[in-house]
Parts: sequence; C-alpha cells; structure tokens
Amino acid sequence: MINLLAELGRRALDFFERLGRGHLLLLSILWRQAGLVPRFWLVIQQIYSVGVLSLLIIVVSGLFVGMVLGLQGYNILVDFGAEESLGTVVSLTLVRELGPVVTALLFAGRAGSALTAEIGLMKATEQLSGMEMMAVDPISRVLAPRFLAGVLSMPLLASIFSAVGVLGGYMVGVVLLGVDEGAYWSQMQASVEIYEDIANGFIKSVVFGVVATWIAVFEGYDAIPTSEGVSRATTRTVVHTSLAVLGLDFILTALMFGD
Amino acid sequence: MANPRTLEIWVGVFVAAGIAALFMLTMRVSNLSGVLNEGGYVLTARFENISGLKERSPVTMAGVNIGRVTKIGFDPRTYQAIVTMRIDNRFDNLPRDTSAAIFTAGLLGEKYIGMEPGGSDEVLKPGNEIELTQSSLVLEQLIGQFLFNKAAEGDN
Repeated sequence: MINLLAELGRRALDFFERLGRGHLLLLSILWRQAGLVPRFWLVIQQIYSVGVLSLLIIVVSGLFVGMVLGLQGYNILVDFGAEESLGTVVSLTLVRELGPVVTALLFAGRAGSALTAEIGLMKATEQLSGMEMMAVDPISRVLAPRFLAGVLSMPLLASIFSAVGVLGGYMVGVVLLGVDEGAYWSQMQASVEIYEDIANGFIKSVVFGVVATWIAVFEGYDAIPTSEGVSRATTRTVVHTSLAVLGLDFILTALMFGD
Repeated sequence: MANPRTLEIWVGVFVAAGIAALFMLTMRVSNLSGVLNEGGYVLTARFENISGLKERSPVTMAGVNIGRVTKIGFDPRTYQAIVTMRIDNRFDNLPRDTSAAIFTAGLLGEKYIGMEPGGSDEVLKPGNEIELTQSSLVLEQLIGQFLFNKAAEGDN
C-alpha cells in the first residue's frame, strides 16, 4: 500500500518536474530570441527544413480536405435546397477549425518529430556537450532558431492550408457539381468576418505553432541520450502535441466563438 | 540543403506563398470591404420589434449594401428597440423622410434593414433619427393570424 502511494507520488513529482523544466526551457529560449538578430541565417535554414519541406503535405492535405468538405457539404445542403451556402460551409470550417488544427497535427508529425529526433541525436552523440565545451550555448545556437522557425512557419502553413482548401471546395462544388460560382464566393464573403473568423483562426495557428515547436524542442533537449530514449521522445512529441493542440483548440474556440 | 542561395530562394517562395494565402483569405474569402469603410456616419431608428436583427446586419437601399447595424439598444420608457447603424460616407444624401423596414433575406434567411428614400429636399445628418420605421415580421405571429382568420371564416 505504502509502495503504491510512493509510486504515485514519484510519478506526480516526475510529471511536475518535467513540466517545470519545460517552462524554464521555454523561458530561456524566449530570452535568447534577441540574440538571433545578427545570426538570422540560422533561422532561415530552419524555416527551410521546418516550413518549406512541410509544404507538399500541407498543400496536398489542404486540397483533399477542401474537396471532401465540398462533396459532403453539397450532399447535405442539396437536401435543403441550400447548396448555394457551400462556400460558407467550406470556408468557415477551414478558416476557423480545420486549417489551424489539421495543419498543427501534420506539423507535429512532419516537422515536430524531425526536430525532436535531430536535437535528441545531437544530445545522444554529445554534440550539445561538445558545444558547451567550446563555450557555445546550445540553447541559443540550436534550440532558439528552431523554435522561432516553427513559430513563424506554422501560421503561414495554416493560411496556405485554408486557402488551398477553399480552392479544393471550389473545384468540387463549382466545377464538378455545378454550384453557381458567384453564389459560392459571395455567400462566403457575406458570412466570413475578417476579425471574427480569419484573425481568430490566425491566432489559433500562432498558438499551435508555439505549443508544437516548444514540445518538439523540449522533448529533444530532454530526451534520454540513448537510441531508445530518442525514439521514445519522438513518439511523445507527436502524441503530446496532438493532445495539446486538440485540447487547446477547444479552449480557444470556447473563448473566441463561445458567446 | 546544399546551396545557401537555393535555400534562400525556397524560403522566400514559402513566405511569399504564405502571405499570398493570407491575402487571399482576407480579400477573397472575407468581407474586408465592409471593414475598411469603418468611416461613415451614424443614424438611429426605433422599431417596435426587431426580432432576428443582429449587430453587423446589413443596411441596404434599393438592394445595395450601404451600411451596417452597429448597436442594438432598448428604450425602457417607450419599450422600443433603438438600432444604431453606420452608413457609408458615399451615401450622404439620403432624404430626411427616408423610411427603414426590417426584411428577411429569403424565407428563413438573415434579417436586414431595407431603406426606402423619401421625397424631402433635406438630407439626413449624422446622428439623426429615422422617423418612419416598419417592424420585423415575426413568423409565428403571421401564422397565428392566418390560422385565426381561417377559423373565423369557418365560423361563418
């Protein structure tokens, strides 16, 4: 019985310790962002590997999500004779929810796991200790540029996802199923508000970008420096990011669209 | 990522594509034009019943969007709704005796304010109140009236 309690307590302490380490790391990464200005080349390199290389999967998923939304929305709306509202359905779903959320999930799988594996392997092969030996701060040289690159890339990727999705819905709805083209765009414009919907969706994607990159960077930096530890950290990145994004999405939605 | 030059170009393409997508979302998907015209002048109108009218509902004249409802209030003395609307500055020559009515777009669509120009030479000034108003039709009242009339016909 006592052993059970002790086990429970140990796990809780471990959990809170990790949580605290994560926040301290976030603080020290934020603290070192100013040092990136003279070395912006590092950030650009990371935007390439985090953002540009994620473009393909984002564009393809956005297109197909938009096409599926167009098809499903049309099939339901046509029963009510309201297929003209297809543009509203597709654009609001994408801009408010699917754009930021699906992008964040794909981002965790495509970019977050790569970040964790890269930093974890740097730790396992003692490159990070090597940097410290040379008086190079690994947080400002390795973690800070990756974090900034992720935070900058995520909103751009989410915007691309939503825009491509709207075009996908257009392809299926207007070109394939024959919804009136003018109605598709005008109904969309009549019901999508720039502050309410687009700005809030953008804020969501920024928040998800911070959370996803933070988790990825922290898991890599905190990984047990063995091959097994790195593989576990990579799995944890994807799982924790997905859970955090879905949970945060509910909270943000309740705050933004709740009333 | 071999050549720094190609890498830079790709990042440039990525950032440009992201900004273009955001631009398309704001310009093509949303109603930015309605927001840019934050300027404009304010008119008020009193209605017996505004059921279904909301803030940001459109204000139209001859079917053209000329403004938006900005605030809906309640006058506790007269028990009327006070609707404040912002009219675009381009339409600053509405006659003084313009009337406002609440209509429904389509059978179950959104409510909007439709304005009908009067014949007066004077124009509405910022802050003026529109005197002639017609309330929103409430579907339940309409159906109730219809049923009542049918029942009355049946009695005769």
